[in-house]
Amino acid sequence: MKNIDAYTHLRGESIYLDDIPLIHGTLFGAAFGSPVAHGVISALDTSEAAAQPGVIRIFTHKDISGENQIGGIVADEPLLADHEVHFCGMPVAFVVADSIDAARAAVKKIKLTSEPLPAITDPREAQAKGELIIPPRTFQLGDTNSSWSQCTHIFEGQADTNGQEHLYIETQGAYAVPQEHNAIKIYSSTQGPTAVQRAVSRVLGLPMHLVEVEVNRLGGGFGGKEDQANSWAALCALAAHHLKRPVKYSLHRMEDMAMTGKRHPYAADFKIGLNEALKIVAYEVTFYQNAGAAADLSPAVLERTLFHCTNSYYIPNVKATAYSCRTNLPPNTAFRGFGGPQGMFMIEAAIAKAAEALGIDAAVIQEKNLLQTGDEFPYGQKAQSEAPECWHKATTIYDLQAGRKEVDAFNASNTLYKKGLACMPICFGISFTKTLMNQARSLVHVYTDGSVGITTGAVEMGQGVNTKILQVAAEVFSIQPEKIKIHTTNTFKIANTSPSAASATADLNGKATLLACTAIAGRLKKMAAETLGVDEQLVSLQNGYLYVNGEKTDRDWKSLVMEGHLKRIGLSEHAHYATPEIHFDATREKGHPFAYHVYGTALIEVTVDCIRGTYTIDAVKAVHDFGASMNKAVDLGQIEGGIVQGIGWMTMEEVVYDKEGRLRSNALSTYKVPDIYAVPKEIRVDFLQTPQDNLAIFRSKAVGEPPLMYGIGAYFALRNAIRAFNKSGHFPFAAPMTPERVLMALYATEKKGTIQAHEETIDHLAVNK
Amino acid sequence: MPSGTVLLDFIRYHEHLTGTKVGCNEGDCGACTLLVGTLKNNELQYRSLTSCLTPLGNVHGKHVVTIEGLNMEGLNAIQQAMYDESATQCGFCTPGFVVSLAGFCLSGKQATTENAIAAIDGNICRCTGYKSIERAAAKVAQLMHNRQAEAPTAFLAEHGILPSWFAGIKQRLYSLQTQLDGELQSPTATEWVGGGTDVYVQKHDVMKEASIRFLFDDDQLKGIRQEGNKCIMGASTTVTAMSESPLLQQYFPRLADHIKLIASTPIRNIATIGGNLINASPIGDLTIFLLALDATLLFSNGEEQRACPLRELYKGYKMLDKDAGEQLVSVSFELPGADTVFNFEKVSKRTNLDIASVNSAICVSILHDTIAHVRISAGGVAPVPKLLDLTNAFLKGRSIDPSTIDQAIAIAQTEIAPISDARGSAAYKRLLLGQLMKAHFLTILENAMH
Repeated sequence: MKNIDAYTHLRGESIYLDDIPLIHGTLFGAAFGSPVAHGVISALDTSEAAAQPGVIRIFTHKDISGENQIGGIVADEPLLADHEVHFCGMPVAFVVADSIDAARAAVKKIKLTSEPLPAITDPREAQAKGELIIPPRTFQLGDTNSSWSQCTHIFEGQADTNGQEHLYIETQGAYAVPQEHNAIKIYSSTQGPTAVQRAVSRVLGLPMHLVEVEVNRLGGGFGGKEDQANSWAALCALAAHHLKRPVKYSLHRMEDMAMTGKRHPYAADFKIGLNEALKIVAYEVTFYQNAGAAADLSPAVLERTLFHCTNSYYIPNVKATAYSCRTNLPPNTAFRGFGGPQGMFMIEAAIAKAAEALGIDAAVIQEKNLLQTGDEFPYGQKAQSEAPECWHKATTIYDLQAGRKEVDAFNASNTLYKKGLACMPICFGISFTKTLMNQARSLVHVYTDGSVGITTGAVEMGQGVNTKILQVAAEVFSIQPEKIKIHTTNTFKIANTSPSAASATADLNGKATLLACTAIAGRLKKMAAETLGVDEQLVSLQNGYLYVNGEKTDRDWKSLVMEGHLKRIGLSEHAHYATPEIHFDATREKGHPFAYHVYGTALIEVTVDCIRGTYTIDAVKAVHDFGASMNKAVDLGQIEGGIVQGIGWMTMEEVVYDKEGRLRSNALSTYKVPDIYAVPKEIRVDFLQTPQDNLAIFRSKAVGEPPLMYGIGAYFALRNAIRAFNKSGHFPFAAPMTPERVLMALYATEKKGTIQAHEETIDHLAVNK
Repeated sequence: MPSGTVLLDFIRYHEHLTGTKVGCNEGDCGACTLLVGTLKNNELQYRSLTSCLTPLGNVHGKHVVTIEGLNMEGLNAIQQAMYDESATQCGFCTPGFVVSLAGFCLSGKQATTENAIAAIDGNICRCTGYKSIERAAAKVAQLMHNRQAEAPTAFLAEHGILPSWFAGIKQRLYSLQTQLDGELQSPTATEWVGGGTDVYVQKHDVMKEASIRFLFDDDQLKGIRQEGNKCIMGASTTVTAMSESPLLQQYFPRLADHIKLIASTPIRNIATIGGNLINASPIGDLTIFLLALDATLLFSNGEEQRACPLRELYKGYKMLDKDAGEQLVSVSFELPGADTVFNFEKVSKRTNLDIASVNSAICVSILHDTIAHVRISAGGVAPVPKLLDLTNAFLKGRSIDPSTIDQAIAIAQTEIAPISDARGSAAYKRLLLGQLMKAHFLTILENAMH
């Protein structure tokens, strides 16, 4: 089944936030962001701005009737700066005018003067100065201290990954409409309607039942609208509440890029020990997460980095410590993978370092250490592992041996171009790591004409979750998909939702829908059985008809529903689902936090132009563990899209801040995501159907985040190609591997020669250009 | 509506046609792509463009096509191909892709997958990873296979690929144009606009109410012609027109490869040579291209004309040897002779649709294994686009060998002053220029072998 939104998407008829027909009297907002990264506000002059034509009012923190606070996990983030600013772009004032142009023109007239405070952009510096968002956390398995003596080979090093701009093509935005009784309705481009509801409720001092948040769909989210849609919604709500007029704010791309957080940059120190047989005996890693100026979701992201710090390997002795470091950058936030990719990059860097030093292929170490079923993760859960199967199938059907030989032969006969090949196994845990978030609700109405309306907490943002939910209902009721409509996500219909995140949305909301539909179908079947005087067990719904004992009757779905209504059978159901089995004890850092894991292995091949430092990604060939895919078209789209987004993170996507904390890659002209020419020439995906029972909806494993991490292999493939050209050059484990980094590495000298000059200008964050 | 209004805003917020999306406001994502049909010499030609950078004045008297205009009963064949390949996820970029592919169908270009994909080279999708879109593009190319000499609009209507009313547009445009003459140009214009691809990135807000002289459709500023051994290009010639010029194709055999490195299809369709030169970017691709050709500019102040060598135009960062009242009329250069080799190199973070970290061109004549004349230009390494005079002087009279190239690279380092910015560190740009010089000579040697 195709994505149910495809038809209207292709005709340009799908409605996004900026497409909602405006109510008469609507006003337009624009935020004024701090021009400096850190300082004490000495004066905020809005007089000239307020006098601009069309300006209705300029809101500051003083206008907030409730609490000036939008921090979700930690209450450390004001909606509008009061006495201090903590990052460039931090909202300080909100201009409301009668047109978008007038609002934006007025923003330019606002003047902020401040006493500068030192701006920190480097997480290691923040950690050294004790600027931490939360106390450090440590995951431990076995005992690393006593294990080093068993290691034949020990390697230490550092690795760095940069941030990543979400670049949803639809920017952030909100449209707030005042209602009677001081209530407010907010259309928001958010992955977390309840998060928006809470933030607005807090800022306006209104109970949650007066705050209605409605989401039709998003033009992309990728985590960027999980928590960071709150600000714009709260600003619009604040203005609408005071002015009693609808207020809309759809951000300009440059506002969006400058004011919102991104994927967290990480720095790490690692130490890895292997025995004679190349089994990894011990691994120690310290993560320095660049959280930005406020907590946002950083503590949860940090936790997932720890959960995935050993990727798909079993390591008996692990000590992983993570610091969430407060810097003067926009608060970094959720992004597909949620800290997992950073944790996985570091272990892959450690393995690559060992392989390079030992003069062997990293794949040898990777293969020898793959998780087996029953192996323990550092957080105590036992693996139900598909890692060996994925690896063996990938290296067999895509013939790793032959690929390796081809690359070697090419490299032996070419001096100006070099090829590189890398394997990237992945293992990703599915569930929100915060156990309480693993619950969802679905509201299913069957109307008397047989049509079905469904509302869940899931937000459609292109991932196809609504398509899968519709499939669930169609399956249970055994009716045509056309009879079912998935409605907008709305906090007045479904309460206390978890955001659409963690790859778990289809599982949670699909299971809730399964429960609701099953309950309604059960009532109808029971009624029919009674009417027909047969045993309820013999009655079933198939192809739109009632079947008895496997025989089709003349009673179709519609007549069944109508009979139900006449007999006063409940045709609506609100069902609740909570993932069973999962638990986690943060005091011991042990538990069983994930419903299941998703596995896979990809082979990545690249070619580097050793004159120009440019490169092509030739192929990504994956074997991916789908469980039992319920929608191959949707799932393939997630895999291909995830791979390319991951490759973008590892290659051309470079978030650049200057020393003053100003974003230099602040537009699409300076921040590059893959275009159609930049993507791998070939992507092959083998659907590994794994038979084990799991907690996924219809056993169709979550697919949103895991494939992004195949992209990490692009970094290591490029590294291998560079090393085929420059065997002795020193270059750090630092992503992204931009053409700049590639060229500098190709011509790096043995002892930090060229590269040192390079490091002075671009450190691990790319912040110091 | 003021003629400086951005077409995208007009479409969405005045006409309430919301299928066209706002993505980046700087021509870098393609979500706002529209088709514009221009009737000239009784020929109707459709081109895609980014409506976020296009002033209403530049579509005066033309046929503007949005996604809504491409919709038929059910899905049109382009939409169906994308549907079948699941080439849409969040859907926000999707109308832009459909419009761009319609542009391919209307272009009359050869029905190859490569050409279909080239038509969407300005469209960014963040969800799909493009593979499904590639598969759909291949299907769209397939749809066009059977077209022979037939006009694209007739073929498309006949095969139900696009709505049949396209066939009647020519007549409607003709009658529209006869009614419109002379309404547009302001005699007291303070701003001059070519394609708008730079000025509308920099200050679209100011442009909205500005008094504008629109140069884009000025026939006297259009066209590429040969006079003797000279090529003369009108200032409003688009990059697309350059790439499609038989004259340039003849003298620059690798023109298509060079042009592919410059912007994207919808931008090339509107970006002009004059705009690229006069905006004085230190990294303008055509500037670097034309510097190596030692191009000469012809300015007019309305009364008299003045010739100015391009190499003397740039006086400092964004400073020109040009009076405010002077307008660029044309650019001319000597067509390369048989013993002359031209090459253009550009490296950016992303190979296509990006601004260079460093770009460079070379025009070199080799006689009896020695360099008779050489001009190497370089962008991104100084406040102005540069001819590497010292390097060029050094190379003259020498034979091409590794040590000469190494020395030339060393000399080049003395005459550049790159800065660190979002496009790369100074150290990188220094290394990269040297590498691009090597690439030039490798290309020349390769050429010599053929």
